[in-house]
Amino acid sequence: IFCLLEYCTGYVGFANLPNQVYRKSVKRGFEFTLMVVGESGLGKSTLINSLFLTDLYSKDYPGPSQRIKKTVQVEQSKVLIKEGGVQLTLTIVDTPGFGDAVDNSNCWQPVINYIDSKCEDFLNAESRVNRRSMPDNRVHCCLYFIAPSGHGLKPLDIEFMKRLHDKVNVIPLIAKADTLTPEECQLFKKQIMKEIQEHKIKIYEFPDTEDDEDNKLIRKIKEKMPLAVVGSNVVIEVNGKKVRGRQYPWGVAEVENGEHCDFTVLRNMLIRTHMQDLKDVTNNVHYENYRSKKLAAVTCNGVDTTKTKGQLTKSPLAQMEEERREHVMKMKKMEAEMEQVFEMKVKEKKQKLKDSEAELERRHEQMKRNLEAQYKDLEEKRRVFEDEKNNWEAQQRILEQQKLDASKSVNKSVSQYLAF
Amino acid sequence: IGNPVVGCGGSTLLGYIGIDTIIEQMRKKTMKTGFEFNIMVVGHSGLGKSTLVNTLFKSQVSRKSAGWARDEKIPKTVEIKSVSHVIEEGGVKMKLTVVDTPGFGDQINNDNCWEPISKYINEQFEKFLKEEVNITRKKRIPDTRVHCCIYFISPTGHTLRQLDMEFMKRLSHSVNIIPVIAKADTMTIEERQEFKQRVRKELEMSGIEFYPQKEFDDDMEDKSDNDKIRETMPFAVVGSDKEYQVNNKRVLGRKTAWGIVEVENPNHCEFAQLRDFLIRSHLQDLKEVTHNIHYETYRAKRLNDNGGLHPISTNGTHDSNL
Repeated sequence: IFCLLEYCTGYVGFANLPNQVYRKSVKRGFEFTLMVVGESGLGKSTLINSLFLTDLYSKDYPGPSQRIKKTVQVEQSKVLIKEGGVQLTLTIVDTPGFGDAVDNSNCWQPVINYIDSKCEDFLNAESRVNRRSMPDNRVHCCLYFIAPSGHGLKPLDIEFMKRLHDKVNVIPLIAKADTLTPEECQLFKKQIMKEIQEHKIKIYEFPDTEDDEDNKLIRKIKEKMPLAVVGSNVVIEVNGKKVRGRQYPWGVAEVENGEHCDFTVLRNMLIRTHMQDLKDVTNNVHYENYRSKKLAAVTCNGVDTTKTKGQLTKSPLAQMEEERREHVMKMKKMEAEMEQVFEMKVKEKKQKLKDSEAELERRHEQMKRNLEAQYKDLEEKRRVFEDEKNNWEAQQRILEQQKLDASKSVNKSVSQYLAF
Repeated sequence: IGNPVVGCGGSTLLGYIGIDTIIEQMRKKTMKTGFEFNIMVVGHSGLGKSTLVNTLFKSQVSRKSAGWARDEKIPKTVEIKSVSHVIEEGGVKMKLTVVDTPGFGDQINNDNCWEPISKYINEQFEKFLKEEVNITRKKRIPDTRVHCCIYFISPTGHTLRQLDMEFMKRLSHSVNIIPVIAKADTMTIEERQEFKQRVRKELEMSGIEFYPQKEFDDDMEDKSDNDKIRETMPFAVVGSDKEYQVNNKRVLGRKTAWGIVEVENPNHCEFAQLRDFLIRSHLQDLKEVTHNIHYETYRAKRLNDNGGLHPISTNGTHDSNL
């Protein structure tokens, strides 16, 4: 059976469909998760800053010199970028500590765990009955940074890529490419591609399109793989033009100059032409791989050995019942928690009140005692005063008496004298 | 001739004796016997070790002299490969041995990758000790001891790596370690200065003494010279064996799309400083420190631990090899 491509004789209007899709997507906004892996000091943060022209990793961001990590960490940072009405939620996943220790066995395990957990989240969200919001946090692209030794891949590079090429789109990059002369770069690239083929590593492949022009471009990009990049956001003036680059005593390595490095190729490929394709391949290939593996494991055993919340062997009604029960339980738990918190707060407040009461009591006591002491003091003073007064009065009386006696005696002597 | 020579004790000599010609006699003798110098390069692959050694001695003396292309796979354990050449300059012959350590730091698990190196160094000391202890000794004991170990630091721009610290900590007491920053054309001048400062601080904090060690400065003159050198270490170097035309001069360099990195231009990198330091001023001192200090430490330890070696003469002067 084959379909005839017929041209409509009148204008129907579905040619407008791409515009509708476009408008809907723009309204929805886009999401993209990019993971960067490589030893520290290869310029990963600088490259991210250069690609997205932001300071996601500012100068204050604790660089590896300050981080003393013993194991590989996986850190994610989100940034919202708006350009021309289109909104992109960009998530950058960084892996500090990768390949930095003396013994790097299994340093890829945290990375694998992260990617798998994001796929699992998506699987659960997809299997729910209520799928209104399904955030896509799966890793769409993994940029792997190769140190510019000029020789070939290291055992660590090979191990890592072998383990991750089935789980995520791996794009190998030659970091700090301004270390290599053009000839060295060519030889290095050839050597790397040879080793990648030898070890059967499946890096991200650019899809062929029907357009011949595009195909030519794609072939050119394929020849340049792996891309040799240089990152910088420092603006330097060269021949009157302002360019981003790195200033050396012998010249300026320009980031956006195609003859100096492949940065523009990477940027165009990653952002301008193939972002959607990366997401599609992640969804259609890597995620489906994960999903079928996971579900095959479940159905094989018959018993659900995994912790997935959505058990697909049940009917939707049972699923709904299950979800409702879950929801009720969650509510109950929240209620219980809130009650607990409330009780605790009440207790606290009561305790505070008691404390302040006791405090007031104490102060009252204290004041009373003070007053009593003052009162006693005053009493004492009064007593002293009374004593003094009495003394003084007594003295006055004596004086008076003396005066009287004196005057009496004078009178007596005068009268005696007069009697003579 | 004719200068009044003042002898010891303040007495003036009455005529010219000719004691100062001893320097000339020594020079003639050493030119006849020639020098031996053993240099070891350590660092993980791709840091330009072989290129640097070739550039230092202006000849194809390293293992990789047959082009850069690496056909051999990275070895599973650290190997020790030494290559010897006799080079001559101005009538002076030098037997230069370059000891390479492929496989260092290249594996996924690099635990104890310094052990083969440590073992090699001690083996050379042991060989020398055995010869010294013999009843009938050779006229000239062949000196295969490692006089200098150049450790290549990866130019990450951040700090030293774990492996760097481990290696230098463990080996700075058996051999003279000279750390250098490899492929310095990766960094701009500011990045280079910051990196150097950070590296020096880390080395200081971990108590790692690289050559020239502070404790072996003989006098104030030495100290001030060495202090200046210690301030600029680790040297940020670039190596190359290709020549290009710059300003009507043929220079060794690396040609990039944005300019030519001149290896011997002090504004571009510190290769010239390293070369002068290593070869023109401190070559002899490196050998002396190896002989008088590192070797003696090894010897003392051996004789104390293992009473098996029979007592040796207390003749302390060894100038047969220097």
